[in-house]
Amino acid sequence: MLRYMLIRIFNSLLVLLAIITITFFLMHAIPGGPFTSEKNIPAAVLKNIEERYRLHDPLWKQYIDYLGNLIRFDLGPSFKYAGRTVNDLIRESFPVSLQLGMVSIALSILLGIPAGAIAALRQNKWQDYATMFFATLGVSVPSFVLATLLIYIFAIKLSLLPAAMWGGITYMILPALTLAGQPTAFIARLTRSSMLEVLAQDYIKTARAKGLSSALILYRHALKNALIPVITYIGPTAAGILTGSFIIENIFAIPGLGRHFVTSIYNRDYTVILGVTIFYSVLIIGLNLIVDLIYPLLNPRIKLNGKQGE
Amino acid sequence: MNSNPLLTVEELTVSFDSYAGEVKAVDSISFQVYPGEAIGIVGESGCGKSVTAHSIMQLIPTPPGRYAKGKILFGKDDLLQKSEAEMAKIRGNDISIIFQDAMTSLNPVLTIGMQIGESLQLHQHMNKQDAYARAVEMLRLVGIPSPEERIKEYPHQFSGGMRQRVMIAMALSCNPKLLIADEPTTALDVTIQAQILDLMKELQGKLNTAIILISHDLGAIASLCSRVIVMYAGKIAEAGTAIDIFHQPQHPYTWGLLQSLPRIDMMQKQKLSIIPGQPPDLLSPPTGCPFHPRCPHAMSICQEHYPETTVLTKEHMVHCWLQHPDAPKPKREETD
Repeated sequence: MLRYMLIRIFNSLLVLLAIITITFFLMHAIPGGPFTSEKNIPAAVLKNIEERYRLHDPLWKQYIDYLGNLIRFDLGPSFKYAGRTVNDLIRESFPVSLQLGMVSIALSILLGIPAGAIAALRQNKWQDYATMFFATLGVSVPSFVLATLLIYIFAIKLSLLPAAMWGGITYMILPALTLAGQPTAFIARLTRSSMLEVLAQDYIKTARAKGLSSALILYRHALKNALIPVITYIGPTAAGILTGSFIIENIFAIPGLGRHFVTSIYNRDYTVILGVTIFYSVLIIGLNLIVDLIYPLLNPRIKLNGKQGE
Repeated sequence: MNSNPLLTVEELTVSFDSYAGEVKAVDSISFQVYPGEAIGIVGESGCGKSVTAHSIMQLIPTPPGRYAKGKILFGKDDLLQKSEAEMAKIRGNDISIIFQDAMTSLNPVLTIGMQIGESLQLHQHMNKQDAYARAVEMLRLVGIPSPEERIKEYPHQFSGGMRQRVMIAMALSCNPKLLIADEPTTALDVTIQAQILDLMKELQGKLNTAIILISHDLGAIASLCSRVIVMYAGKIAEAGTAIDIFHQPQHPYTWGLLQSLPRIDMMQKQKLSIIPGQPPDLLSPPTGCPFHPRCPHAMSICQEHYPETTVLTKEHMVHCWLQHPDAPKPKREETD
């Protein structure tokens, strides 16, 4: 177990290094720079700024310097937000995305898994058709359509909830629902199909032949087996949701991390691009590791021993 | 065998509604099982033997299945009239079943102890510790070494034969009056087959459980059962004591089955005899006797009318027109 963890962490560092390297050089390959703008900056000023941010150093030197700072968890200063570091930016905006994301993930698990299970148990009955209708809708309707729809109904027509901004719990409901829509639908579909497969297994027949009630069969014998593909999906999806969505944060005017992904690229804000990418990668790698650690709890046939091919 | 029957199946008909029409998988069959005895049901694939077994437990999904006609009396109660909740109390407690494929019949993510213990907790209202203790005892009974440790293990840590032993332990844990064994040895290799059959025989003596052994393996039936039912196309072709069926078979189908057994005194190059043709398609079963298209002794009446029941002795009955006084008396080809 410890051996497995060490190997995984070492591998993760390699992956991270690859991500940093590729992002770093790609980013510098984009034409323009952080201080190219429509306003004419006097050449001398520009030179000073570039000197200040060490942008005229050779690329390899910038790369080495960046890695050196990274080891000290210093992601560098933002080029666009004067006087603030990338660490500050993440520290300010991530908690917002994190809160919203946690609520959304909780929603999608708590709604998606029971919905899928009910659909599987009532296969080809109205409960199944109804669930799958909404699930298909949920998967195919883009989040910005869902967001506008929810705002129109609950904020404008019914005036129940605030349309945008970030304040208390009431501000969280609409964006959380929007963000949860797609994963909920996907989890419901995944649970349904994997549950149907499990329910057709011989051991379910054995459980029935033992005289167990349907509820007990479902809870004890079917669910654990059916959840493996669902957990696989939830891991990386959770990372995506926790780091925020550009579209949804824009629509609801939420000061989250998601918007930095896109704006930093427009701004050629090199350090922010790298910082957010690294942060996102660490989150995905971490969540995947957690998922892999959950597998043996669900399925005793999966053993984590750090050896390949066993 | 003078006591009352434990199980009486009367005129049971089980149909499946498919897109192409109704399929009578089991067609008005009747038989009895007495306490403590072992009976065998034998026949080719698709002859309705498993459907019969699953009907007794009511494990047939309805729809598409339908218990069209008949009664299944367990003691004096008709199981077909019971609600799902009442049936659940009987399953695993009074009547148990073991399935063909032990590899897939155990839940891969639960420990063996949990899977044996849960029916004890459910039916015998034992607490967890008592159920575990009893599960250990059952595992020892079915011959699993060091059961105290193995009870904490998962099915993938057991071999096929061991898993079938676990299934038997599970099925017998609540001391059922009737054990249905649906091809318990088919998925196992030959040496393990013999071990499992010996085990069942031994436990039948010890626990006085009645057994219905479903198999297409006449050897398995012969080693365990005192009475045998030969099924063909959802109907009973012939039924009798094991001695009747193996030494005085009357139905040409039974002859065919016995002849297709490999024998130890066979010549090396001698081909195994087979019953020509295929079992009938139950969507459009042949008129008259369902076996007539494959029967070497078929007469014209066989195509028109289903044979009457001929009762030869108290135990031995057969459905065949050859029993009619006017019918020719063909000699059964014997290889010995």
